[in-house]
Amino acid sequence: MSDNVTLPKQGHSDTTATTGEELLTVEGMAKHFPIYGGFPFKRKVGAVKAVDGVDLTVYKGESLGLVGESGCGKSTTGRLITRLLEPTDGKITYMGQDITHAKRKELAPIRSEIQMIFQDPYSSLNPRQTVGSIIKSPMEVNGIDPPGGRETRVRELLETVGLSPEHYNRFPHEFSGGQRQRIGVARALALEPKLIIADEPVSALDVSIQAQVVNLLKKVQEEMGIAFLFIAHDLAVVRHFSQRVAVMYLGKVVEVGDRESIYNRPRHPYTHALLSAVPEVEVEGDGPPRERIRLAGDVPSPINPPSGCHFRTRCWKAQDKCATDDPPLVQISGNSEGHLTACHFPEDPIVTAHGKDVILDPALAALEDTED
Amino acid sequence: MLQFLIRRLTGAVMIMFLIGAFTFFLFYTVPQDFAALSCGKNCTPENIAVIRENLGLDKPITTQFWEFMVGIVAGRDFAAGSCPAPCLGQSFASGEFVWDSIMDRFPLTLSLTIGGLVIFLFLGLASGLLAAWKRGTAVDKTVSGASMVLSSFQIYFLGPIVLGLLVYQTGWMENPKYHEFTEDPLAWAVGLLIPWAVMATIFVAQYTRMSRSTMIEQLQEEHVRTARAKGMGRKYVFFRYAWRGSLTPIVTIIGMDLSSLLAGGVVTEFTFDLAGIGRLAVESSVTKDLPLTMGVMMFGAFFILILNIIVDLCYAYIDPRVRLA
Amino acid sequence: MTTLTKTEDTPSPTGSDAFLSVRDLRVRFSTEDGIVKAVDGLSFDVERGKTLGIVGESGSGKSVTNLTVLGLHNPKTSTVEGEIVLDGQELTTASEKDMEKLRGNKVAMIFQDPLTAFSPYYTIGRQIAEPYMKHTGASKKEAKARTIEMLDRVGIPQPAMRFNDYPHQYSGGMRQRAMIAMALICDPDLLIADEPTTALDVTVQAQILDLLKDLQQEFGSAIVFITHDLGVISHMADDLLVMYAGRAVERGSVREVLRAPQHPYTWGLLSSMPRLGGDINEELMPIPGSPPSLLNPPTGCAFNPRCTYVDTVGGGRCSSERPPLADGRAAACHLPVDQRQDIFIDQIKPRLG
Repeated sequence: MSDNVTLPKQGHSDTTATTGEELLTVEGMAKHFPIYGGFPFKRKVGAVKAVDGVDLTVYKGESLGLVGESGCGKSTTGRLITRLLEPTDGKITYMGQDITHAKRKELAPIRSEIQMIFQDPYSSLNPRQTVGSIIKSPMEVNGIDPPGGRETRVRELLETVGLSPEHYNRFPHEFSGGQRQRIGVARALALEPKLIIADEPVSALDVSIQAQVVNLLKKVQEEMGIAFLFIAHDLAVVRHFSQRVAVMYLGKVVEVGDRESIYNRPRHPYTHALLSAVPEVEVEGDGPPRERIRLAGDVPSPINPPSGCHFRTRCWKAQDKCATDDPPLVQISGNSEGHLTACHFPEDPIVTAHGKDVILDPALAALEDTED
Repeated sequence: MLQFLIRRLTGAVMIMFLIGAFTFFLFYTVPQDFAALSCGKNCTPENIAVIRENLGLDKPITTQFWEFMVGIVAGRDFAAGSCPAPCLGQSFASGEFVWDSIMDRFPLTLSLTIGGLVIFLFLGLASGLLAAWKRGTAVDKTVSGASMVLSSFQIYFLGPIVLGLLVYQTGWMENPKYHEFTEDPLAWAVGLLIPWAVMATIFVAQYTRMSRSTMIEQLQEEHVRTARAKGMGRKYVFFRYAWRGSLTPIVTIIGMDLSSLLAGGVVTEFTFDLAGIGRLAVESSVTKDLPLTMGVMMFGAFFILILNIIVDLCYAYIDPRVRLA
Repeated sequence: MTTLTKTEDTPSPTGSDAFLSVRDLRVRFSTEDGIVKAVDGLSFDVERGKTLGIVGESGSGKSVTNLTVLGLHNPKTSTVEGEIVLDGQELTTASEKDMEKLRGNKVAMIFQDPLTAFSPYYTIGRQIAEPYMKHTGASKKEAKARTIEMLDRVGIPQPAMRFNDYPHQYSGGMRQRAMIAMALICDPDLLIADEPTTALDVTVQAQILDLLKDLQQEFGSAIVFITHDLGVISHMADDLLVMYAGRAVERGSVREVLRAPQHPYTWGLLSSMPRLGGDINEELMPIPGSPPSLLNPPTGCAFNPRCTYVDTVGGGRCSSERPPLADGRAAACHLPVDQRQDIFIDQIKPRLG
């Protein structure tokens, strides 16, 4: 099914997608969800700082990966950019237009250019609508009449995503998870968007199906020149899909750069820890040993994030400065062009083992000491 | 916990005030002359004027409302004498204070409700648990089937049949009658046995079905499987793990049933010819005795509010995730 | 049967020295739509102190198998055939009483989602102490002391205070640590871990996996580690069993299976996974189609509708004849062994980078 995917070529088919032209810029964007409580009258007593000052740029036709663990604010960031949520602070610029607080009417033309693909292929499709009407409805809402009619366009789209045009009148429950995600992709493509926000689009799928959808998205991205903000927790999938990658931790981007820099020459300790934690398929003795970094505990609560650098409470290089000064996201010395790191004491840019393992987890440390 | 109680009680007082205001203005702004209503047949305009003055109906409506509300908290004086707090006014028909009329009837309603509740809870939960434990067997099917049949009965149908059989035909029992519990507990229980049994028969079915289905749901929970996986016995898992999770929905339904029963089981009281709160409400509205109607309404509302608070407290006790702050 | 359970030295009925031995296990569920063949003729062995990894996608029967080992399947809707022999004791015919004595004691289980796997109504401490009291007859006080010690071992800070906390007051990683403490409290000989880190973040997963491995060395338990993630299994297991549609399709040591996989399904799994060390320009090779319905599994080899090598075998054998899985290092495939090796070296290996 996935093997004969045909794609109409649109725009440039340049595979080195980054043309350097900014499509979307986000500066200092924040989203604080208020918490109510107190006595005797309920009032705002705090906030979940889900996103706490994010800077990002998505260039035309590129795929930017956004990785981080749960609670880092990556999904909220996606929802803020599509303006499903209203930012508390900061600025979102799309094609030179400030859309931070744009009203419904002003957003209408932009909404069709920024589309979203969701994680759960089961709940994101209306079970009472046929596949045809699911894919058609964005065109109806936005009053778009493609040449040849909407139905013809939907059938084309079904073919594009590797489904059969005959599936037009079927219902979502007749499809498997992977096929449903293809329907979700077709719906996102219906309006010929310039930017697709894909929020964990493959994490609910089985491994063998994941690859089908990743390949489809990659084709769509490269051949139709659509920019992607690819939000995922799986670093290997992001590496495969995105030319540039941003790493988030507790509501902030801590490191961003091209794929090569992030995966092979990371500077931020958190990026090192993340990469080292990925369980790679490897047989002992094959290839050079990787760094082994084991952090202690879980990510702290975004209600009361640590002062200064948010990562300092779990960082093995933290010093007093980290608690007082919030490190800016800048190109530190030794980084290549566009590789920005927010750290006062960056790591060496290698990912293979050097020096001692970093074991911060007290239980692990205790167990491994007794073994020696 | 204390914060929660204070906040909820404050809320309850405000709601009571709103209910009072709502009923007051609803009733007192209808184009009816209450003085004339309470005056009786041979009424002269002079009499009406006197009554009007006695009841305070000649004053502006806001003043009347204020006096009514103050009366609840601090009591007030009528021509007939001083009405101590909580004063809900004076009945047009009998001239009695509303609070006294309600208190006359309330012990019966309370006895009827609590007695019935104890029986139907015990039987309902026990049979529901039994059906869940023996799920899929003949026992389960019998219990579930019987509860289906019973739940389709109504009090006004079953009540007369039982009365006819046990009282009129065989004479085994006497007509239901209310005795003070404090005077003669045995007579109290015997007198209400028939209504209790009939109420229980009808309510039991609902509790059987609900406790069975929530238990079966809970038994599928992953934490129940974990408890089994660590070697806990079937009985232990059933009563400690699954049962604990079933309590929340059961308490919700008990709270709802209790408050509606306490606010007056009209049908039950009429079926067995017992004079409780429900009957008082109906009588007062038939005779257009507005102070009494209002009083009964506010009394009922009070119970619903209090029981809701108690149910919320129960939630917190049952489920540690429900934090009260 | 009864004599066999008495002494540990008696060889198990199958004659192997395996601690857990499953032979030709078949588990069927009756559902409204028909009979689901969740496990269909599965055999494997686990040796003392070793880790067996079972890899498969959703619906491959990997979780059902292990619930059946503990006797946690619903006896009313499912039928179990075959043999499960644990340390000389046959479990498929064991009484409920005997199974209760085993569970949490000799065999313990770790579940995927630690939030739903703990009861929200009781403290973590109580839930961990419960099986210890039941199986060892310890007093409440002893059980509490032991629980606090275990919480400390798995890295819960201030264990004496956290003893009285409820599960929702623990973070996700902490809950899974508590689950491990609960599983290890009676020093089990066999630990069944069903996707124990799938619900966790990657940095926490790394901590938990290492912890589990280190604790295994200390406690000497055998582990059956169930997962869909070949990466996780390559770090955890000694031996590997690949499952597809309720059957084992490939078996061997981790090293053997990952270095030179022999089954087309295993090839598919490996080449559809992106890797940190892989070549970015190499496209992922997904397995076409979707996993089969177990109500009506394909005839012959269950993988045949998705397999690229059906024509290479030829003669319609793949759809008519079910390939057997030999003992030891083996794959259930009709392709001759040397041809499989050639295909792997020529076509598959270059893609894996």
